[in-house]
Amino acid sequence: MKRSDAGVANARIREGEGRPEPRGATANGEPVARAGNGQPRAAGTGEHLTREDRASLYRYMLMMRLSEERALTLYKQGKVPGSFYDGCGQEAVSVGASFVLGPRDRTCILHRDLGAHFVRGVAPDRYLANYMGRSGGVTGGRDGNMHFGDRALGSVGMVSMLPDMAQVTVGMALAFKMRREPRIAMTFFGEGSTANGQWHEAMNFAGIHRLPVVFVLENNQFAYSTPNQLEFAVDPVRRAETYGFPGVSVDGNDVEAVFEAARVAADRARSGEGPTLIECATMRMHGHGAHDDMSYVPPAMLEEWSQRDPLELYRERLVDAHGFDTDELDRIRTEVKEYVDECAAKALDSPMPEPEVATEGVFAERFEPLGDGESRWSRWAKEAVR
Amino acid sequence: MSEMTYLGAISDGLREEMRRDESVFCLGEDIGEFGGAFKVTDGFAEEFGSERVLDTPLAENLIIGASVGAAVEGLKPVAEMQFADFISCGFDQLVNVAAKLHYRQGVSVPMVVRLPSGGGFSGGPFHSQNPEAWFIQSPGLKVVAPATAADAKGLLVSAIRDPNPVCYLEHKGLYRHVKGEVPEGEHITPLGEATVAKEGDEMTVIAYGSAVHLAVRAAEELNEDIEVLDLRTLCPLDSEAILASARRTGKVLVAHEATQSCGVGAEVAALISERAFEDLDAPIKRLTAPDVPIPFSPTLEQAVLPQLDDMKEACRELLAY
Repeated sequence: MKRSDAGVANARIREGEGRPEPRGATANGEPVARAGNGQPRAAGTGEHLTREDRASLYRYMLMMRLSEERALTLYKQGKVPGSFYDGCGQEAVSVGASFVLGPRDRTCILHRDLGAHFVRGVAPDRYLANYMGRSGGVTGGRDGNMHFGDRALGSVGMVSMLPDMAQVTVGMALAFKMRREPRIAMTFFGEGSTANGQWHEAMNFAGIHRLPVVFVLENNQFAYSTPNQLEFAVDPVRRAETYGFPGVSVDGNDVEAVFEAARVAADRARSGEGPTLIECATMRMHGHGAHDDMSYVPPAMLEEWSQRDPLELYRERLVDAHGFDTDELDRIRTEVKEYVDECAAKALDSPMPEPEVATEGVFAERFEPLGDGESRWSRWAKEAVR
Repeated sequence: MSEMTYLGAISDGLREEMRRDESVFCLGEDIGEFGGAFKVTDGFAEEFGSERVLDTPLAENLIIGASVGAAVEGLKPVAEMQFADFISCGFDQLVNVAAKLHYRQGVSVPMVVRLPSGGGFSGGPFHSQNPEAWFIQSPGLKVVAPATAADAKGLLVSAIRDPNPVCYLEHKGLYRHVKGEVPEGEHITPLGEATVAKEGDEMTVIAYGSAVHLAVRAAEELNEDIEVLDLRTLCPLDSEAILASARRTGKVLVAHEATQSCGVGAEVAALISERAFEDLDAPIKRLTAPDVPIPFSPTLEQAVLPQLDDMKEACRELLAY
């Protein structure tokens, strides 16, 4: 498809949708996924997910929730230097989106997206140790909190300048395209990042070269304390059309809706059709950091979103529609809880880094390639057999 | 050996590396069919195709950021800033992402940023700067500044093969005015090694880039026994070569076109004071631009940028001390 045709196709998508809702979910909060064929689709059509896939989605969301709860406890105990940042309420976004990734795909994961690190193979002890500045953390104490990416798992870690990683992701996708490799790059960012010029530079370039990249926009309603209405006049997902690729809006608290949008976007990217911007409507249920009392959030708004907790929603769906019983889900929860406890103990056992290493490693002695990440989706096991 | 301009040697080094290694590619504004604002990549698009000689939109953060992404995936991007001054628009990606990735997470970023720098042609405050000190203040970046045609090629080749981000400052005033013998085929100038541009015993001028030529000319016109040490790499500095020359001659003038405060000259002077103080026969002297933006009008620009007469005067004063 020529570039000009892409614009027409997008216009058609928009026509099919009518005017998009400003924040990615319908007015009554019903989950909506739109995936490029012009037809709104009920969330979680899910024919691509096996029963075990669904258990995995639930498990990784739980792992994120319980690990962050554990990290918050460590913070309150004074074991975490600096502050603490979590993605409570946003678990469905990082887990659902990263679940589509194949081993050789690459990621730049942001600070509300712990689930994506777990899906790709980072164990919670390395996350917790990173928060505590321990040598067993992913960065060995060089960087803190969520500022990490495990090189060996194909992840390049974020910096505090949040839109920056979109550019790096675009560069990785450029490499895949230049080498004619069927690989994709995925990154995450909040709606706050969309106000920054770097975000535009990344989108524009990805559109020009139809790069194999999936942009996951988490609209969690606030950039620190700044609400959507002071961040943009027009929902940023609509900008995708002007960059020459589709923008789709999904319920970011519905893990299968996120998965489905990411699946379509990843297939599109892998087959050479270019990028997709997926806006996931969600809510940051905690403050920007643990130091933030989020007094700027209207209580009614928090209350409304708390009725739509992504883990609770998915638990209900698994029971109501997919034949899970509550005992089984409780068992999964217990297993994950025990695993996180073990990981926390391991992290607490990890020593602080030796001061001597502070001045080491500024320069590379040789090029070390990124390794491959884990892929949890059953489709990849099938492909490996094939 | 063949005689080339400094600019021709940059092209030659880049072309040879692109022929040798297909993971090397260049990207920047107007570098494709147009051949770049200074024609360094003239004819490259024809030889290597538009994908490896990638015209980008006017977006310096994108140029640097996409280079980082491509580099971590094993390509070797050579990014061109149309003028070194424009790195300010790509600074975030350079100092926060590229420079720190290896320290933070062991991710190597083999990329080169070509930075046409320097004044002397009424480019004004935004087309004349020598921003090398900005990069040295950002640990994780290597910084080179060739003075000769041979080193323009040799340092570029080394920069491309290095597994770290390297800022390659190419002085625009040398592009077509400096010519020299350049080895054909593979030619490497190792990073981190200074060279003696002119031998002498009475004093040392420690310089890089355009100031090397001023120093050599001054020494010749004064007909004095002056050593000129060409730093070539500014980060990491060749401390041993600096100290050895300072100890031997006992008098040091540090010279560069960049502004003075916290510049390379300040670092070199501090190094010598700390480690070779007792061998000095005179206070270390600096010849640099004063701490002002580079002005446009020729009379103002000449008043700011170090001139040959300034170099001669500084040498005379130091010799007479």
